Amino acid sequence: MELKTKVNAKNGRQEIFITREFDLPLESLFKAFTEPKLLEQWMGTKVIKLESKSHGSYRFETKDTKRNVTLQLSGVIHELIPNEIIIRTFEMVNLPAVRHSVPFGVQLEIYEYKKLTDNTSKLTMHVLYESVAQRNQVLKLPFAQGINMAHNRLQELLSKQE
Amino acid sequence: MNLRRDIYQALADPTRRAILLLVVSQAMTAGAIAENFETARPTVSKHLRILTECKLLEQVKNGREIYYHINAEKMKEVADFIERFRKLWDDRFNKLETVMKNYKKE
Repeated sequence: MELKTKVNAKNGRQEIFITREFDLPLESLFKAFTEPKLLEQWMGTKVIKLESKSHGSYRFETKDTKRNVTLQLSGVIHELIPNEIIIRTFEMVNLPAVRHSVPFGVQLEIYEYKKLTDNTSKLTMHVLYESVAQRNQVLKLPFAQGINMAHNRLQELLSKQE
Repeated sequence: MNLRRDIYQALADPTRRAILLLVVSQAMTAGAIAENFETARPTVSKHLRILTECKLLEQVKNGREIYYHINAEKMKEVADFIERFRKLWDDRFNKLETVMKNYKKE
């Protein structure tokens, strides 16, 4: 089966592309990114502030089960053209729970929205990082949660087995 | 108890990772694995059960003994961090689609 969401991360580049075709009209897709109540539902973050306009800014946060803030996400919106494009910066602020990790820096995100048919649309996310190392760090983030060096060692052993 | 265990949760435990490291070089019985740990035998058995449930380990019967093998395919799946990243966004976007489909109906 063709994957609906694709990630293109070329070696040695400080950028990635994420593309996804949605079974949704373009307007509906765009709205999911600009309405706080909708965005909260699919991002799984609390929206503290979201000014969906050029020169606006936003701030999201996540909490653990004990209601401690675990992660703050924020940035400014450089440009927003409804149903076309959102250009924004994005930064993860390390709070105690994740403080042991290296700072992820600031990333520049270009979200392009395109109509495919009346009921389908496509999103292309172009994300640029400060360095290749930072990009790789962000890519590894979901993977790193819960897995550490011992697991890397396991990978090495597995690759030697082949 | 949740039988469909999360593979990442399984890997988060240091004893379970140590077990995988042991078994990666050769298939072993539960007894042989347990000999490598200070912890009580039932604790090791519990870890083996969890690793088997999420398919990181496979049980192969050899006569009266059950040997634990590493499932290399499953390990590779976990090791692919870009796939894990992709999956994160895929899950988010699937949710987005559901949220917006319900929203339209309202």
